[in-house]
Parts: sequence; structure tokens; C-alpha cells
Amino acid sequence: MALTSTPNGTTVDKTTVLSSGARAGIDTADLKPGLADPVHESQTLFRHLLDAMARPGRAVDLETALDAPTPLDPATAAVVLTLCDYDTPLWIDWIADTPPVRSYCRFHCGSALVERPDEAAFALVSDAENMPRLGLFAQGIDQYPDRSATLVVQLPDLEGGPERVLKGPGIATQAVLRAGGLPDWFWNDWRLNAAQFPLGVDIFFTSGRRIVGLPRTVLVEG
Amino acid sequence: MTGTQTAAVAETAAPAAAETTEDGYNFAYLDEQTKRMIRRCILKAVAVPGYQVPFGGREMPLPYGWGTGGMQVTASIIGANDTLKVIDQGADDTTNAVNIRRFFARTADVETTETTGEASIIQTRHRVPEDPMTEDQILVLQVPQPEPLRSLEPREIECRKMHAYKEYGLMQVSLYEDIARFGEIATSYSYPVMVNDRYLMSPTPIPKFDNPKLDSYPALQLYGAGREKRIYAIPPYTKVKSLDFDDHPFQVQQWEENCALCGAEDTFLDEVILDDRGGKMYVCSDSHYCARRRAEGHSGKLSGSAAAAYAAAVGADQPEKGA
Repeated sequence: MALTSTPNGTTVDKTTVLSSGARAGIDTADLKPGLADPVHESQTLFRHLLDAMARPGRAVDLETALDAPTPLDPATAAVVLTLCDYDTPLWIDWIADTPPVRSYCRFHCGSALVERPDEAAFALVSDAENMPRLGLFAQGIDQYPDRSATLVVQLPDLEGGPERVLKGPGIATQAVLRAGGLPDWFWNDWRLNAAQFPLGVDIFFTSGRRIVGLPRTVLVEG
Repeated sequence: MTGTQTAAVAETAAPAAAETTEDGYNFAYLDEQTKRMIRRCILKAVAVPGYQVPFGGREMPLPYGWGTGGMQVTASIIGANDTLKVIDQGADDTTNAVNIRRFFARTADVETTETTGEASIIQTRHRVPEDPMTEDQILVLQVPQPEPLRSLEPREIECRKMHAYKEYGLMQVSLYEDIARFGEIATSYSYPVMVNDRYLMSPTPIPKFDNPKLDSYPALQLYGAGREKRIYAIPPYTKVKSLDFDDHPFQVQQWEENCALCGAEDTFLDEVILDDRGGKMYVCSDSHYCARRRAEGHSGKLSGSAAAAYAAAVGADQPEKGA
């Protein structure tokens, strides 16, 4: 399927690894550390992620002390470390696609880094203003809607943006989200995303140590 | 030789079993990569309520049918600070419940409880607790057959298409056949539900008595099927509707009697046969709920001693025929 067949990404990675001789593989000289206690920390982080995904719009503090490579916030790196591994092709946007971040993701997660958004199971967006349109990511297929991308979108803040009222599963009556730094087209794309349910992408907004979950079921007003 | 060694190990391990966790296993038994894979499936399951996410189910140290799916879900979400309650058909003290509780006490060193309100994770087989659950709790259900359409369409590939195109007429026909034959929908457990108006879902063999609780439930519900290797979920506050017809609305079971031990009128009751002369009693299926009510001073018609209970059940004040 789209997520597992990653001809471009893997070819690029293999050539890097195989052709550059002594400098092959991952530069670990300035590598930032991952989770101090992988077993229990990833469990705690996952429960926060689950909480965020099950209760859309509610900001969850990950309480992580992670030292993430620039330009990633601790929460952004925490999501990647908790969920990504060699089974999940990862796409990184152009601002974050730096040698330290690439090394960080490859060393700690072992994820294949792919060039095209639609090949990725997870997408790391640090520059939301210039992110690809939502339709460019893997949307899943009719019979397997789970084969869609999860986006980790890092935002400057989760309080300063225009107010959006969210409804849907996981929300008792309504939730209010004031995510700042999203592109103009975002909420329009989100309506299209929700309209093609059960297909569509799921999003974690991250900022500092906090995350907000936005599963594809969320309907937005205003 | 091996026998003596095993005996010696058992002897040293037995007294400390409650306090120490098992060496040689990762926290909560499963390895980290497996947990990560299951965690990703759980997140997708939450994002598409009612849709069955395939997952790489592992072998667990107990046979399929004993809750391997629920255990893998629990193992992937449980942490050292969690408190686990396990129920089997409503009871905390049956083999399945006791063993799964002990499994996680040993492999994850977590606190266990029988009190619904104290638990952060409740793994359950075929019941939803009578006590309400809160937003901070997670309900994990063990699933024998996740596919509600399986008895109507044995081919997985066809079932998948039916879900993809929301083609659920066959299920309505099956319920209609019940009405034509019995005058009512005779399905009493695994009663199919529509989740968020999109996916037809089997709520596992919970009695249909529990179906209304699933609608807008404050706690997150996670469903794990080990043999069939499927995970699905219902997020909190999600619309869950039991299938029915306008002229045959969905109804739950009703009993003519109350719980014989605690007198509860609004719980799911188990029928207990007392003898071979027609003596029987009804008791709450949720053992913790019943015990709590009894502790609070509620009583049913058989609350007295076992002898008195037996006497009341068989009607000892009436002389037996032929005696």
C-alpha cells in the first residue's frame, strides 16, 4: 500500500548509507538524547496522546523534559519518539529537514525518511504556514481507512489563533480551539477532510510541551 | 531433576509472587515494538470509531478465547501508576478475571482492585460495569468475534467491502427474520450497534441490556480481538445506536424478580439454579456492584443465611409432594 511502498525514500536512504563509506549512517556526534526511560516514558506519553485523540480540542500537557533538536518543540519530538519506528515511513517538512533532525529521527526511531508526503505514515510539520495541503498526505483507502497519515503539526501557540468550535466523537457538547499559525486554507481543507470520512488524516497539534488531538471525525464551526 | 528444580523455583517464587514482578520479561509482558504497533492501531481506532483496525496480534501465554486481545490492549496502555480491575461476565472472582489481574500484577507490578471507582483501567469480558465510569477511566473489552457480519457473510473480503460502502442491509434483514419468526428481535447478546452513524459494530457478547450504556459513555472504550487480530474503539461521548425498526424499537431484557441478594431492580441478573426441583434465584451479574449494595445495607429476599436462602428458594414452608 501507499504507506509501505516507499521506493523514493528508501532508495535515497540506502544510497546515503552505502555510498558514503566511513561517514556512512547516522552522525551521532551532536545527537540529542531520546527518552531517558523508554519503557515507562513512552507509556506515559502514549496515554497523553490517547487522551488527546479521544478528547479532541483539549490541550494535554505531555510533562516531558525532552531536549529536542532545533526547530522541534519537546512535544513534537515526544510524539515522534513515542509512535515512530521502522514500520512507519516519516516525512519531515523543509524547515525541520536538517541533518540534526534527520539523525535524531533515524537514530531514535529507525524510521525511513521519505521525500513525498503521500508515502508517509507520519508527517512532521514545523512550519505550518507552508505545509502541504491535507489532500497530499495518505488518506487511507475505503476498506482500510487506518492506512492514512498522522500529522504532527507544530504551532507557535495553541491559544492565540482565531476561535474554532469543535464537535464530534470525544466531545461532550463542544470544544473550543484557538490554534495559532495555521495557513488560511487549513479549516477549509479540514472540512473536506471530515467530509470524506472514514478516509482522511489525523492531526496532533504541538506547541511547547502541549498537544491537541484532531482526529478526522471532528467537525468544525466558525 | 527438572521436577525438583521447578518445585524449588515455585517454592521460592510463590510467597513473593504478589510483591515482585517477573524477571526476564519486559514491563507488561509485550516488547516495546509490539506495544508501539498496538498503540498506533489504538489511535487509528479512536480516530475511526467502530472501524476494525487490523493489528499484528501476538501469542500470549494463554489460549485464544481467554482474553488475549484485551490483554494486548491493556499491556500497551497500562503504566506503573495504573490501577487495574478485571471482570469476567460481571464477576471479579472467576478464573479469567483472577488470572488476568494476577498476570498484570506480576508483569507490570500494578495495583489491582475490585472497585469500579478506584480503577483507572477496567478490562472486561462480556459486561459493562453497573457503576458509572468517568472520563479518567478506560474500559478494555475482550472480543471473541469482532465482525458483526461474520455469521451472515463468512468471507472477510466481502465483509470489508460491506463496511467500506456502509452496506448493512443484510443485518437489518437478519433482525427482520427474527421478528418474522419469533415476533421480536431475539438477539440477546452481541446485539449489533451503529457507531457515529457510520460503522456497524459488534459490542462483543455483552448482553443487550448493556447496549444503551455504550451511547455517549464518558469513558474511552477499547476493544481487542486476539485470535481475529482486530482492535476497535469508541471514543467518549460518541453516538452508539442499537439497530432496530420503527415498529420494533430496541428493548433490553427485563426480569420479573429483583436481585435475591441486594434487591437491585435495575441491574443485569444471572439466573442461578438451586436444585433439581425448579428452585432458582436471580442475582446481580456485577459482583462488585452487588457486594457494595449489600454493604450499604440493601437486601434481597434471600439475604439471610445460606440455609435460609435455600429454604426460601425451594419453598421449605410448603411440604413437598409425596413427603
